[in-house]
Amino acid sequence: MCLAIPSKVLSIDENNIAEVDTLGVKRQVSLDLIQEEVKPGDYVLIHVGYAMGKIDEKEALESIEIYKQLAEAAMQDDFAIEPERLVSEDGPLLYKPEEESK
Amino acid sequence: MENLTLKDLYFKFRDPKAMKTLTELIKKEASKLKEPMRVMEICGGHTHTIMKYGIKQLLPENIAFIHGPGCPVCVMPKERIDHAIELAKQPDVILATLGDMIRVPGSKSSLAKVRAEGADVRPLHSTLDVLKIAKENPNKKVVFFAIGFETTTPMTAALMDRAFKEGVRNIYYHINHVLVPPPMRAIMESGDAKINAFIGPSHVSVIIGAKAYEFLTREYNTPVVVAGFEPVDVMESIYMLIKQKNEGRCEVENQYKRATTWEGNVVAQTLIEKYMDVRDTFRWRGLGDIPKSALKLKDAYSEFDAEKVWADILPNEPIDDHKMCICGDILKGLKTPKDCKVFGTACTPSNPLGSCMVSDEGACNAYYRYDR
Repeated sequence: MCLAIPSKVLSIDENNIAEVDTLGVKRQVSLDLIQEEVKPGDYVLIHVGYAMGKIDEKEALESIEIYKQLAEAAMQDDFAIEPERLVSEDGPLLYKPEEESK
Repeated sequence: MENLTLKDLYFKFRDPKAMKTLTELIKKEASKLKEPMRVMEICGGHTHTIMKYGIKQLLPENIAFIHGPGCPVCVMPKERIDHAIELAKQPDVILATLGDMIRVPGSKSSLAKVRAEGADVRPLHSTLDVLKIAKENPNKKVVFFAIGFETTTPMTAALMDRAFKEGVRNIYYHINHVLVPPPMRAIMESGDAKINAFIGPSHVSVIIGAKAYEFLTREYNTPVVVAGFEPVDVMESIYMLIKQKNEGRCEVENQYKRATTWEGNVVAQTLIEKYMDVRDTFRWRGLGDIPKSALKLKDAYSEFDAEKVWADILPNEPIDDHKMCICGDILKGLKTPKDCKVFGTACTPSNPLGSCMVSDEGACNAYYRYDR
């Protein structure tokens, strides 16, 4: 029920309905609940016919980069690594609400 | 950095090699824990991920998952399911509801059974379809039986907004939207489940923001990491929780930063406030009455409130679960499906006795599929 699916926006019509692609499946979703500006090429989370949030590409890529490092460590059986982002208190993963209000 | 592709958003967060390293990092960090961690994943979607990807088996013995009540179908008391069934049986009514709800047993029947007997029950994939059904059937009363946590509530509000803007007035709303933070508080207040860390929900948090869990750190000294839905997300979040414990911190952290912010989706929050109020109290299956834990339509929209329009035919007496069913204790985090005598025998996904077996997000359903 709370599953929201990452999808790519293909086009947006005059009624604020977007056509999105979910790994090859095309469907129509409403953008009425989206607070950010959304354009074709953006990624959104969709849930029961609506886009409920935009995916922050920079954040997604940062996570993917970390996981790439983790995967490389696994290939070398080198589990001594401590990726900075996972351990640093000031690392970007940690929640710093005051940063957002700036 | 390379460009992001849609596939990356799925498969890079399921990378088995990254999982392997995280498993090792968790083992190392967990060996320093002073006391065992009892982590509640509040959301049924996380329960599903944990079971499907075998995460429970990857973790050291001093980290246990306690499955939370975050499955909207599972927590719906039988008397409210009976409401849906009674409404569906009315000759001038089309009852529309999302997916799982159709199969949930009420006290005597289910929506699937009354549909087979001739009632007009429409399972939905999109909340917006309600609008289409209402326009195509102007002489019928379309009752939208609305269930779901904060993830799904904004879509009901958006549907109302659009229906009113387009002048569609034959939609009635039966609101069963429940809130996530109040049961978390109830579970901590009772203390029976001995939870000392939380994995915060993914998509509920997209709407309400990570700020909604601050009370757990402040009032109950219990850390929370808001986690994404994929297995690597869950593993990383576990690691973050252990780190907090070992470093003596107690914070709300956000692992799911690609989709969740501190404030949440304000457009959605505003729309919900426009149409709905918090109920004084709501009865949860298993957890009992929890104050201010669910929503209802604002009084200004009473003429569209199915609970008021059909008040004289809707039963309100609490109905107990089947006496062999332990869904209640499972939802409270006191028992697991394997403690249940009828699990996998008298109670299966195709013939469920209790709601935790019906929904994909129910703990019993996840155990039945992945850990039998």
